[in-house]
Amino acid sequence: MSAVHRRMLLGMIAGAGLAGSARAESVTLPFENGERPLVAYPQKRKLIRLTSRPPQLETPLSVFNESLITPNDAFFVRYHLAGVPYDKIDPDSFAVQIKGHVEKPVSLSLKQIKAMPSVELTAVNQCSGNGRGFFAPRVPGGQAGNGLMGNAVWRGVPLKHLLDLAGVKAGAVEVKFQGMDGPVLEATPSFAKSLKIDHARDGEVMLAYAMNGAELPFLNGFPVRLIVPGYFGTYWVKHLNQITVLDTPLQNFWMATAYRVPDNDTASVQPGTAPGATRPISTFTVRSFLTSHLDGAKVAANREIVLRGIAFDAGTGIRNVEISRDQGASWVPALLGENHGRYAFRPWEARVQLAAGTHHLLVRATSHRGEQQPMAARWNPGGYMRNNVESTTIIAG
Amino acid sequence: MRIISSFAAVCLLFGSTAMAAPVHYVLPEETAALASGPNSDIAQATCGACHSVDYITTQPTPQKDAKGFWTAEVTKMQKVFGAQVEPDNVPKIVDYLAATYTAK
Repeated sequence: MSAVHRRMLLGMIAGAGLAGSARAESVTLPFENGERPLVAYPQKRKLIRLTSRPPQLETPLSVFNESLITPNDAFFVRYHLAGVPYDKIDPDSFAVQIKGHVEKPVSLSLKQIKAMPSVELTAVNQCSGNGRGFFAPRVPGGQAGNGLMGNAVWRGVPLKHLLDLAGVKAGAVEVKFQGMDGPVLEATPSFAKSLKIDHARDGEVMLAYAMNGAELPFLNGFPVRLIVPGYFGTYWVKHLNQITVLDTPLQNFWMATAYRVPDNDTASVQPGTAPGATRPISTFTVRSFLTSHLDGAKVAANREIVLRGIAFDAGTGIRNVEISRDQGASWVPALLGENHGRYAFRPWEARVQLAAGTHHLLVRATSHRGEQQPMAARWNPGGYMRNNVESTTIIAG
Repeated sequence: MRIISSFAAVCLLFGSTAMAAPVHYVLPEETAALASGPNSDIAQATCGACHSVDYITTQPTPQKDAKGFWTAEVTKMQKVFGAQVEPDNVPKIVDYLAATYTAK
């Protein structure tokens, strides 16, 4: 198959997506100005489109009830800058460079990386701003519902192995990650993130080239992205081709100004106020969702129904999930399902009977380290780390 | 659609194993547009140089002080992201956004 043929095929597929959107199919997220088109991109089913250039696509909540693993064609997409390498990635010449404060800079082809001993890990990726649209007062930024998350099986090479190949020099403090996507203007700060050197060498941080048994979808970072288990998606650099060991901390816009949260226990401040000290965003807070019934679902009254859902935290694992039907006055435990690993979605189910009428079902998870979802939403000006107890309205009749 | 999506993945896979050519990812056509109004063309051309304008149209509608909200956004684009905006156009863009994307 020639490059031209591939181009034509992908073009046709894009056209098919456009034909779908021409019917003006849309969804309305449950906050002000929440109407969004549903659009199918190449390699993606119809997803909730937040923006088109660069593309930002949200996963409909119904997907999380289909399977515990989020399918590649439904996994959310988030870019910062519109310089996406749509026609610049040649898998045959693609290479990852490991350089900077190292004994011997190395350049590894995709083929070489794939030939190395690999590891596999099921882990949730979640955007820092998942649920930003629900913040009150609202804050500027990508206005998403709760669909900027997904749970996938990642396969790749531990970053530690690659750093060892290059030989990290004494005095290294951080590792910087940069992908092939970049800004449109030279004056725009290019996207790069860093991790502390010990974190980068923990053996879990991974360069992944496969997702759920297939190559990474283009929009999820083809051909290689960073996997940072338990950490928000901003660190999961896509199209990753430059790894630089640093002997001073990275002080670029994306570390020193953006993606920072109030430097306190709850990463929050009084709504509408500005924080004093801030720190870079880091690990997930504990969250849980009812996925078997979406808001407004109708069920039979006085019959047993099975509620199902998911929970996750930053990697200590889920201790319990509880359901409340009385606005949190009392809680009943849900049954936890199969454990796919401490970074994965943990399934849960609960059986309830509902009297005729409207019910607001609350779901609350507690992690193994004792972190529990708060009832009231926390607030910070970036619209990050939403994790309060979610409520789903169910009508029994 | 699912079958077609899988086919696209296969095309990319071929690119990685057999072909010495970049993959070519083709996006759906960009359709987002600003509501027409005084100076909407300037806003479309200036803001749209770096990003689709659904970045603007999906923001929460400012319930008060729309001018303050949009001034902050335009300033952020200039100071943080390096947007080159003709000085004369800054108030035109802010006024257009504040008049158009505001609580009615």
